[in-house]
Amino acid sequence: MDTNILFIFILSIFVGIEVISKVPSMLHTPLMSGTNAIHGIILFGGILVLADAATPLALALGFIAVVFGSANVFGGFMVTDRMLQMFKKKKQS
Amino acid sequence: MNTLIALIYIGVAVLFIIGIKFLSSPKTARMGNLIAAAGMFVALLALHQPGGPSVWTHVWTFNYTLIAVGIVAGLVIGAIGAYSVKMTAMPQMVALFNGLGGGAAALVASQEFLRGAHNPDGIAALLAGAMLFATLIGSLSFTGSIIAYLKLQGKFEKPHTFPGQNFLNGVVLLVILVLGAWLTLQASGGNAVTAFAVMFLLSLFFGVAMVLPIGGADMPVVISLLNSFTGLAVAADGFAINNLAMVVAGTLVGSSGTLLTLLMCKAMNRPVTNVLFGAFGSGGGGKAAAGGVAGTVKPIQADEAALLLSYAQRVVIVPGYGMAVAQAQHQVRELSEELGKRGVEVQFAIHPVAGRMPGHMNVLLAEANVPYDQLIEMEQINPSMDRVDVCLVIGANDVVNPAAREEKTSPIYGMPVIEADRCKATIVLKRSMAAGFAGIENHLFYKDNTRMLFGDAKASLNALVAAVKAG
Repeated sequence: MDTNILFIFILSIFVGIEVISKVPSMLHTPLMSGTNAIHGIILFGGILVLADAATPLALALGFIAVVFGSANVFGGFMVTDRMLQMFKKKKQS
Repeated sequence: MNTLIALIYIGVAVLFIIGIKFLSSPKTARMGNLIAAAGMFVALLALHQPGGPSVWTHVWTFNYTLIAVGIVAGLVIGAIGAYSVKMTAMPQMVALFNGLGGGAAALVASQEFLRGAHNPDGIAALLAGAMLFATLIGSLSFTGSIIAYLKLQGKFEKPHTFPGQNFLNGVVLLVILVLGAWLTLQASGGNAVTAFAVMFLLSLFFGVAMVLPIGGADMPVVISLLNSFTGLAVAADGFAINNLAMVVAGTLVGSSGTLLTLLMCKAMNRPVTNVLFGAFGSGGGGKAAAGGVAGTVKPIQADEAALLLSYAQRVVIVPGYGMAVAQAQHQVRELSEELGKRGVEVQFAIHPVAGRMPGHMNVLLAEANVPYDQLIEMEQINPSMDRVDVCLVIGANDVVNPAAREEKTSPIYGMPVIEADRCKATIVLKRSMAAGFAGIENHLFYKDNTRMLFGDAKASLNALVAAVKAG
């Protein structure tokens, strides 16, 4: 059992709180959307599980996990970028 | 894990942190998103089997074909979803993506658990606990997000409650936790698989039961909370399959998402427990407040409204969800330009939670090229509202409801609102007299100096622009 991983877990909690402590309300939704894309890293879990899958059920469930994770990560970053494009326009005008 | 991979993962963690940091400032937000995406890409390239070789140099098997097909399918689904969705429907798209992530987290955890359960040695209690946690949180985030999506799409957006609901939910949660505790210690054999399946299904049900009683107006908060839940589920998965990048990314999302949820509640001046357990408008509060409405509704025609606006010195426009639905932001900009040409000082008062997501109005008005410096935040504009000649409320309701300041019994009492009722005159563009999203009567519409211009916001604005041009 690797305890370093727990150490990293605890520190990450504090970093996550610290890093967004001052965010204007107009950015709440894009920030939510951006972090939503980041947890799309679950795609990695899907890939690793599917790589080792042996039974048809495991293959099917692993495949669904990969599709879901992939949609989460790619869709998440793209939809966030679309939201934030609007903010960029504002700067130019 | 070899040193190179470890160093790459440290770099990835830094990219994620900088990405989130940049996302919390308007100037750098878009860059922040791209930085986080770059971090994700690097991490994907460095993906390796736990304690084994890189995923990408592995012998190609049928499983890898499935992986490739799955990634491409997800990419296509995600791209279609992200680029076809209308600006007004962005929050539900985020909910949907979040739900998919939660579902994936639950599936990954269940795979690991089932594999371990078939192993005669079972699973170490700590790892089993992480897998069960990810299964519970991931699957409730999956179904909860789908309900949130449907509510924002306008399906059963009213809170659904029945007597004993909290009790039933409590019992379901208790059963889930008892099964989880038992499985943590006894993660092996056929009974464990059955118990696990029951726990999985109950968790899916619990996600539905948790979100169903919450009103549509509170969905952004719920989505934010489910988003942080999914983050935690992903972190637990990372823990179970020993992937550091997943632990770091999931935990960052979990903790920052929790804080963001609290910040959103603060913007509405409501404690998070009130959002989750005290369904908006489900009690008698809203109805009781409606009893005190005095005065009559006074309609106005576009010509007269245009006259009022043209001869005002200072006009404040309060946009709301109605403007977003009617896609009327371009007409709003046109009207403000026409008034500007006549020497009227036009400003926009932006309520932090106007529309159905925070920042909704900023985004729409920016799309219509309304200059940034005309958008004034609620706190800045409220003190000078009594010096405003005409306040033009476009499809906003709850965010200008004076009941939030005056009626202690109102469900929205205490929520900061734009004080449109203090202006010398108020013109409200509204489709009908229906109550707002929160289901509460708005006294503003009955005040002596308030006039109502009924109709679709876009049509009304076109009429106003034409009348101002002609006059």
